[in-house]
Amino acid sequence: MSRYSAFSLFKNALSGHKNWKRAWRAPEPQKKYDVIIIGGGGHGLATAYYLAKEHGITNVAVLEKGGLGSGNIGRNTTIIRSNYMLGANTRFYEHSMKLWEGLSNDLNYNMMFSQRGLINLAHTPGQMDAFSRRGNAMLMEGVDAELIDNQEVCRRVPGLYCGQNTRFPILGGLCQPRAGTARHDAVAWGYARGADQYGVDIIEHCEVIGFIKDGDTVTGVKTNRGEIFAPKIGVSVAGNTSTVMKLAGIDKLPIESHVLQAFVSEPLKPFLNTVVTYGAGHLYISQSDKGGLVFGGDLDGYNSYAQRGNLPIFEHVAAAAVTMFPVLSRLRLLRNWGGIMDMSMDGSPIICKGPLPGLYLNAGWCYGGFKATPAAGWCFAYTIAKDQPHPLNADFTLDRFYTGHELDEGGSGPYPGHQ
Amino acid sequence: MIINCPICGPREAAEYSYIGDATRVRPEADNIDLNSWSDYVHQRQNPRGNHHEHWQHSGACRSILCVTRDTLSHAISGVKLVGPYSEDTK
Ligand SMILES: Cc1cc2nc3c(=O)[nH]c(=O)nc-3n(C[C@H](O)[C@H](O)[C@H](O)COP(=O)(O)OP(=O)(O)OC[C@H]3O[C@@H](n4cnc5c(N)ncnc54)[C@H](O)[C@@H]3O)c2cc1C
Ligand SMILES: [Zn+2]
Repeated sequence: MSRYSAFSLFKNALSGHKNWKRAWRAPEPQKKYDVIIIGGGGHGLATAYYLAKEHGITNVAVLEKGGLGSGNIGRNTTIIRSNYMLGANTRFYEHSMKLWEGLSNDLNYNMMFSQRGLINLAHTPGQMDAFSRRGNAMLMEGVDAELIDNQEVCRRVPGLYCGQNTRFPILGGLCQPRAGTARHDAVAWGYARGADQYGVDIIEHCEVIGFIKDGDTVTGVKTNRGEIFAPKIGVSVAGNTSTVMKLAGIDKLPIESHVLQAFVSEPLKPFLNTVVTYGAGHLYISQSDKGGLVFGGDLDGYNSYAQRGNLPIFEHVAAAAVTMFPVLSRLRLLRNWGGIMDMSMDGSPIICKGPLPGLYLNAGWCYGGFKATPAAGWCFAYTIAKDQPHPLNADFTLDRFYTGHELDEGGSGPYPGHQ
Repeated sequence: MIINCPICGPREAAEYSYIGDATRVRPEADNIDLNSWSDYVHQRQNPRGNHHEHWQHSGACRSILCVTRDTLSHAISGVKLVGPYSEDTK
C-alpha cells in the first residue's frame, strides 16, 4: 500500500490524478473472524485500527450498514476539546487530545487538525465562578486552561459583540488553547485506510439484522450478506445502539436517541479563527477552511431516529448566533442536516465488556463523540483484546446507573440533553 | 410538528415541553429496592417507531398529554389527556 507524501502527490499529478489506488479494499465477508465490529463510524474504524496496531489482532471485520462515513462521523461540527471537570472524563478526553496531536502522522493522512482554541463565554458571575472551578480542575489534571476577562475575549474574537447593550453581556470566558477542529471525513477515511493496511476487512452495505446465540453467549451475527461468526463482537453504532442491542435481546439501556442538527452558512472571508460557545443559550460556532460558518446548538428535544430536525431549533440557534455576532444577520444558510445521537442518562459514555458474554459495548456518546474518536477506539480495542477495561475507561460502565456512580458533568440529572 | 391538544386544538410543537417516555412506571413510594428505582429513572426502551411520550402544553393550557408519535417519521397517531380530567379517570 502506497504512502501519501508530497512526492506521491507530484507523481500522480503527472498522470492527471487518474492513477490513485483505492484507499481501502472492498472484500467479501468471510465466515469467521477473531473480532467483529458492528458500525463503521469513526469509533468502529478506530477500534479496528487499534486492535491491529496495539494488540496485533488483525483478523477483524468492520460491518457497516451504509457507506463509510454516512453516520455521525460525517455529520458533526468537528469540535475537539478536553475541558471536562470530572476526573474520569478529563483523563479520557485528554488522552484523546494527545492521540489527535499525533494522528495525521500516525495514519499518514491529513486530519486537518487545527488547534485554534475554544472559548466558552460566561455571562454571569456564577458562570465565571463555575469556569474558574472547572479550569482549576483541568489544570490539576495537566490540561491547559485559561480564564479570560471581557477585554481579552473581545481582543481575541473581533466580530463578537462585547458591549453592555444586550440582554446577556459577556463577562469573560474559559479558553482551552489546545482545543480546535479537524476534518471529520478524513478521520473516517484515515482510520479505514490504516485498518485496511493491517488486513482488517471493512465491509460496507452490510447490515446486522440479528445475533446468533449459544444460550446467553453471542457467537455471531446475521447480516443481509449472510451469517458471520466471531468469539468477540463489539457494538459501536451510535444513535442505533438501542435498536441493535434489542436484536441481541437487551430490551432496555440507559440511552435515548435524539436528533442534533448542524448548520453551515455561505462562505465568508476569514472571520473567526477560534471556536466560540455562547453561555446564555446553547450555540457553538467556528469557521471551516472553505469559509462557511459551522454552527449548532441544542437537540431538537424529543426522541427521534429521523436524521433531520425541525425549524424551531434552527430559529433558536440562528438567534443566538446573531446575538453573539450581529454582523451575521444577513448571512444566508447553505446547508443543514441532522444526526442521531445516543444520549446517555448522565451525559457520559459507556465502553465496557458485556452486557452478554461475547459482546462488547461502546455507546452513550451524546453530542461529544467526535472528539472522543481516537481514545474511544483505543480504549474499546483494549477492552476487547484484554477482556477488561483500561483504567481510562474503567468508570464508563453500564452498571454505574445501578450503583450510584453516574458521571454527570453538568450535575443536571437523568434528562438527555440537559447537560 | 403539530400536536393536537384535546383542549386547545392543533398547535405547533414549540408551544409544548417534552417530558419523555410515558411507559415507565414509578415504583411505589415504600419500595426500597434500588434496582427498580434505577430502572425507572435510567432505563429506556427507546423504540425506533411508535413511542408513547408525555408532553406538557406549557405555552397554553398547561395540561399534560400522552402523545403517540413515530420516532422515525415524527408522525403523531394519538393524543390523550392524562390526569384528573382524562378519559381514563372519568
Ligand atoms: C450535528 C452533529 C454535530 C456534532 N458535533 C460534534 C462536535 O462538534 N464534537 C464532537 O466531539 N462530537 C460531535 N458530534 C457527535 C459525534 O459525531 C458522535 O458522537 C460520533 O460521531 C459517534 O461515533 P461514530 O463516529 O462511531 O458514529 P457513526 O458515524 O454514527 O457510526 C455508527 C455507524 O453504525 C452504523 N450502523 C448502525 N446500525 C447498524 C447495523 N445494524 N449494522 C451495521 N451498521 C450499523 C451506522 O450506519 C453508522 O455508520 C456531533 C454529532 C452530530 C450529529
Ligand atoms: Zn392545550
